[in-house]
Amino acid sequence: MKKSLKKSAVMLSIGTAAILTACVTINIYFPAAAAEKAADKIIDEVWQLKQGQQAPESTPADKTSEPKPAETTPAEAKPTDTPAK
Amino acid sequence: MKKLLLSLFVIVSILTANWVAAAADLEVNTPAIAALKASMQARHGQLSPFYSAGAIGLTKDGMIAVKDATAVPLSQRGSLSGLVSAENADRANLYKEIATANGHAEWQGDIQNTFAGRWIDKAQSGWFYQSGGGWAKK
Repeated sequence: MKKSLKKSAVMLSIGTAAILTACVTINIYFPAAAAEKAADKIIDEVWQLKQGQQAPESTPADKTSEPKPAETTPAEAKPTDTPAK
Repeated sequence: MKKLLLSLFVIVSILTANWVAAAADLEVNTPAIAALKASMQARHGQLSPFYSAGAIGLTKDGMIAVKDATAVPLSQRGSLSGLVSAENADRANLYKEIATANGHAEWQGDIQNTFAGRWIDKAQSGWFYQSGGGWAKK
């Protein structure tokens, strides 16, 4: 009696697992949120947008504001190329 | 019996965890998708002035279409339709590739619909998109 109970419990658990697996495989719905996320990522790359931003009107001016080590050597060498007489 | 119940619980939780993980993100990092993105990105430089001029617009099915060819100088009109069909071919492939990369070819239509909304949402102001039966300006 005890043995048959155990056997039926095993069968039940196998059955349940099979049903659950079937549910998972068949009933997988379209992941709308994940798709939106993927779409945003791809569109940002294709249109070269920053995250969560509309297409910029113009590309931001590249800031080359780093002060160049301007060689402010006083022009001691005067322009010597005088116009030919 | 108790042990059995426990193992059953473990099986269920493993299955659930797998399912949740699968739903969290879509696979978009495949060579085919990367190639399509690069191709579309390169083309966008040429398409961008046409969007702004109102010559082309975003369709409600996630594609683009010629809206007003006369908005483009005559000399560029020839290239316009070629660019539009090349872009649409890439877009169709992109939707298909995303669906197959995730093992669900049947998702292609849903993916296309999702993109359709997102392209329009992210469009620059002044660009045209299909709305109802006609074109609307963003």
